[in-house]
Amino acid sequence: MLNYLNQFFFGIYPYICLTVFIVGCILRFDHGQYSWRSGSSQLLRRKQLMVGSVLFHVGILIIFFGHLVGLLTPIWVFDTIGISHGAKQLLAIIVGGAAGVMCLIGMLLLIHRRLFDARIRATSSFGDTSILLILFAQLLLGLSTIFVSLQHLDGHEMVKFMEWAQRILTFRGGVSELVADAHPIFKAHLFLGLTIFLVFPFTRLVHMLSAPVWYLNRRGYQIVRTRKQSATRQPAE
Amino acid sequence: MKIRAQMSMILNLDKCIGCHTCSVTCKNVWTNREGVEYAWFNNVETKPGIGYPDDWEDQAKWNGGWKRKSNGKIEPKMGGKLGVLSKIFANPDLPEIDDYYEPFTFDYEHLQRAPEMKTAPTARPRSLISGERMEKINKGPNWEEILGGEFSKRSKDYNFADVEKEIHGQFENTFMMYLPRLCEHCLNPACVAVCPSGAIYKREDDGVVLIDQNKCRGWRMCVSGCPYKKIYYNWNTGKSEKCTLCYPRLEAGQPTVCSETCVGRIRYLGVVLYDADRIEEAASVEKETDLYQSHLDIFLDPNDPEVQKQARADGVPEAWLDAAKKSPIWKMAMEWKIAFPLHPEYRTLPMVWYVPPLSPIQSMAQAGAFGEKGSMPNVRDLRIPMKYLANLLTAGDEEPVAKALEKLIAMRAYMRSKSYEGAVDESLPSKVGMTGGDIEEMYRLMAIANYEDRFVIPTSHREYAEDAYDLRGECGFSFGEGCGEPRKAVEWTGLFAKNAATEKA
Repeated sequence: MLNYLNQFFFGIYPYICLTVFIVGCILRFDHGQYSWRSGSSQLLRRKQLMVGSVLFHVGILIIFFGHLVGLLTPIWVFDTIGISHGAKQLLAIIVGGAAGVMCLIGMLLLIHRRLFDARIRATSSFGDTSILLILFAQLLLGLSTIFVSLQHLDGHEMVKFMEWAQRILTFRGGVSELVADAHPIFKAHLFLGLTIFLVFPFTRLVHMLSAPVWYLNRRGYQIVRTRKQSATRQPAE
Repeated sequence: MKIRAQMSMILNLDKCIGCHTCSVTCKNVWTNREGVEYAWFNNVETKPGIGYPDDWEDQAKWNGGWKRKSNGKIEPKMGGKLGVLSKIFANPDLPEIDDYYEPFTFDYEHLQRAPEMKTAPTARPRSLISGERMEKINKGPNWEEILGGEFSKRSKDYNFADVEKEIHGQFENTFMMYLPRLCEHCLNPACVAVCPSGAIYKREDDGVVLIDQNKCRGWRMCVSGCPYKKIYYNWNTGKSEKCTLCYPRLEAGQPTVCSETCVGRIRYLGVVLYDADRIEEAASVEKETDLYQSHLDIFLDPNDPEVQKQARADGVPEAWLDAAKKSPIWKMAMEWKIAFPLHPEYRTLPMVWYVPPLSPIQSMAQAGAFGEKGSMPNVRDLRIPMKYLANLLTAGDEEPVAKALEKLIAMRAYMRSKSYEGAVDESLPSKVGMTGGDIEEMYRLMAIANYEDRFVIPTSHREYAEDAYDLRGECGFSFGEGCGEPRKAVEWTGLFAKNAATEKA
């Protein structure tokens, strides 16, 4: 039974989550773009957000890209450059830990604001509050893995997780055995992480896919829509 | 040269009675929804006052509009593109809803359901955001109405710069005027410039600035970027909204709701032709006091055959050229120079202009009111300080405003001499550089102000309009959530739709 659960959560569940994530995002973007927004509540309450939001976003972005690069870069790349597995793990612990603490402070401010500020509480949807709490739980799990990691600093556990993630994305079988004997905290962190992908399209998280980095590339500042463009416009404008 | 047409507006402040009909009708049409209770696409402020939202004119506080850099280029005052993006997680230049006011309602039901009690039941206020009791309402959409509130607060008004304001706090020397405000539909809009999503755009055909509600991601930079604070963040939908210049009405040849319902007939709508290639140059002149002139300089004479030729080549329809020739805006702003842009120093080249108001003469004897017949009072003796009006309309340059007021006084004197005294004083018009004919025309447009003279609006041309056949069976206006009824009623026009529309186009 345990073996089956393991197989399901770390072999099959990832594909369910990723499918829902990709298909869900495309459908929502295509059909319900009006709901595709950051959902900022700064207008209603500035307090706590000015510090909280910056700490949270900067922290979580570092963590996100750390995971992305750390998990998905093939291990031979590190071997070639000459970064040992232990050193890579230590780097992950230090950078991730620092960003995690930053994110934690920010998130505590944001959660306090969301739950205890009358205006924000009244205007929050179920999704707004729950995604914040899910992210908070995930952050706590992630930070607690540091203590587990400190007990085996040679990096072999970390390499196993890299292998797991890369195998999933390249559709290679037998991945669940790789993490079968990982510490429960790691397993919970993996599960909740996958769940975040699952709920992603149904929450305000979608705004990160629209991060307006290409604004930097805009020629000049002004935008004029010509008749031809506005002729195909939707009545929702 | 690239000629574009702009639908623009002039408000004759001399006739505004501050009745708020424009605000109320606008609100009933556009912002009577949850999330924008606090938003007034059109509002009327009593000046002097700090306005709505608080101190909106003070860009040292809000960082709206443009700034000219030492190399002569302009960039949004909030910062360049990187600067704007750096504010995306928390925007220090964004007003809080308390800077506008917390929207509220009253417990009216209590009046009917209250049990028998010693005192009469009251309807106490309740917040429309949190639903909680509000003990005291200390802000509203028009808190300073008719100089309400203390002078010490009101006089923080930005336009008091270089005015000895203390004297105007005294009852005998007090003054006031109304200032109806709406989106300026600028030629160089700062909101468009700072929108990282590229959701805000200016329509090429009529210059209306709109927010694409599907593309807006709620980064809320536009709220800060607009120096007039005329973009409102809808806290319910997470999108920004703004005055649309009632474009669906304009397309049908009707004036905007605010103009249509203005009981004082102070609003004028018309087409102006301008050279789109010179926008940046006009907005970048060094001295702020030159901005009014540089703005005037990019407008083009619709009666000039060369301009007409170029305009046709650039795709301006014939009906729009005709409308430009009859445009009340051209007459008032360009020919007579009695209308001015609001705060040209923001460098956005606003397209809602204002005729400055006359005011009572401060001291009749001093002003020579008892002097010889036909003499004109000095405009500098009017109750509203010239500097105040200049700070509002010409970045502090008093000369153009003084000249405009003289023309308004001359018009009154001339028409009075004609209709009361029966003897036309032909020397009057020349004193202000006009002819008797000009004055009569000005009188017709501004005093009689017939509907068809005030609103010269060409209907949307065939080549401008969307193909109405594609829109059959749709729900007219919606706020992006379909018709409210079954989703399937709306045809799917996205990636996977069969999309007949594109094939047809």
